[in-house]
Amino acid sequence: MLAYLARRIVFGAAVLLGTSLITFVIAFVVPADPAVTMAGAKADPQTLATIRRELGLDQPIYIQYARFLNRAVHGDLGRSYIRRENVTELIASRFPATAVLAVAAMAVSLILGVAMGALAAAYHRSATDNALLVASLAFVSVPVFWLGTMLLIADALFVHFFPLGGYSGGASLVLPTLTLALGSAGYYSRILHTNLVDAMGQDFVRAARGKGLSPARVLLQHAMSNAMLPLVTIAGLDFAGLLSGVVLTETVFNWPGIGRLAYEAIFNLDIPLIMGTVLFAAFLIVIANLGVDLLYAWLDPRIRLAEMG
Amino acid sequence: MKRGRFPAIEVIGAAMVASLVLVALFAPWLARHDPTRAVAATYGDPGRPSLAFPMGTDELGRDVLSRIIWGARISLEVAIAAAAVTMTIGVAVGLVSGFFGGAVDFLLMRFTDVMLSLPALLLAMAFVAVLSPSLLSILLVIGIVSWTQVARVVRAETLSLSTRDFVTSARALGAPSARLLLRHVLPNVLPIIIVMAALGVSGTLLLEAALSFLGLGVPPPTPSWGRMIEEADIYFRTAPWLALFPGLAIFYAVLGFNLLGYGMLERRQRT
Repeated sequence: MLAYLARRIVFGAAVLLGTSLITFVIAFVVPADPAVTMAGAKADPQTLATIRRELGLDQPIYIQYARFLNRAVHGDLGRSYIRRENVTELIASRFPATAVLAVAAMAVSLILGVAMGALAAAYHRSATDNALLVASLAFVSVPVFWLGTMLLIADALFVHFFPLGGYSGGASLVLPTLTLALGSAGYYSRILHTNLVDAMGQDFVRAARGKGLSPARVLLQHAMSNAMLPLVTIAGLDFAGLLSGVVLTETVFNWPGIGRLAYEAIFNLDIPLIMGTVLFAAFLIVIANLGVDLLYAWLDPRIRLAEMG
Repeated sequence: MKRGRFPAIEVIGAAMVASLVLVALFAPWLARHDPTRAVAATYGDPGRPSLAFPMGTDELGRDVLSRIIWGARISLEVAIAAAAVTMTIGVAVGLVSGFFGGAVDFLLMRFTDVMLSLPALLLAMAFVAVLSPSLLSILLVIGIVSWTQVARVVRAETLSLSTRDFVTSARALGAPSARLLLRHVLPNVLPIIIVMAALGVSGTLLLEAALSFLGLGVPPPTPSWGRMIEEADIYFRTAPWLALFPGLAIFYAVLGFNLLGYGMLERRQRT
């Protein structure tokens, strides 16, 4: 188990190193001169030279990368060119809003997805199954930003209940969560359905049925415990997709999270903030995957015992 | 046993895709108005849907229906071309990785894992902003961030094919690797590639729409579904139809490709 854990951590670190390289490449190909971005177009050459020296932009590229990496490891992602604030602090201040939204959406999508998938498997090859299949594919096909916009319009014109954007407690969370959760719910529902139908054909399920257990109990207790395992991994991997959805959802709902921060950074070509938010997103994904790997190993005795033995 | 429902889903998907392709091809004949010109008398304010303009007009007096019809052209072009980039990278990585194995496989798959760990949209936004939006940069960027899933699936398929008897015997007869790969493995991976391509287009359609919505799409005045929704944003109380119809168009297109791809996938898994 320890060796397994160590391998996963080394892999996570490698992923972050790769990400840092990719973000650094993005920053390096930017045509805009950061010194000009900071000082303004009218700055004299001396000021620009000073800024370049302060930022280390006069150094060779690999030294710039090494410095960037060294500071990033120590939690220092530099200062935003536009906001003139510490990037790490900016991300930390925006993180809670994103975390609340992501966790709520994850929970809703899992509950909805598992319910739809289980229902479809229970009524395999019936009209219910067909309807749920089409519904889940429809969920996957709705553009996140359009769904958010439509919910806002419906609320503004007919419902008049939820706040039209911003983060102000429980009621403001409902529409963004729905917007973000629907796509993943459709996806999870398909996966669980496939796994459940597979499991239902296996010997241990037939044995359980042969014992005379009720169909509901066979499905929910015996088949489900096997079919849920792959879903854990998928949900972990889907975290990257969730964060992409977060950028759109936060933009539509004016949600003060990291997604909107990244969006603004990209529009202002605020390089340190772009690199910081992308790296932080990758960090979150690595942590999520690590958590899922451990959970999976712990849930599945075949891995748990093999790794310990 | 009852005949599966999946062929039906495939057929519906194929019909939806075909209808889109027809609309895109015949846009100049189907659209009653120039999508980039003011044609309504209500210039300055969005116009309600009416007999003359079934989906209304936007604040510049342009006919929404005509813009959506022309938008099909640009959306499909971008999505299909981006999917082609996606498939090229994904199939190449997957074939090489699965066929040669060993260190090549290890390195390529770890690189794939790194790319999978990145939020695709965020990465695409950063790339497009930096390269400045153009048709070419958008195509390339969407391709670069979306190939990972294809590579994984193709690799798995190649891996299982490489150990099959017909490949082993061709190898024993002295066929070079390139020939083995292109003549024996690739044709057998093709069916799953076609499925992934259909699903891939639905992904690139969504990504293109999202980039357009964020102002990072194909530059104006080319009508684009995603940007139409973004432009409708300030009129969401007074003219909700401006956001409604382009979104329905995206939804229809993505759903069509998803039904097609998913239907084909399910049938494959059955046989």
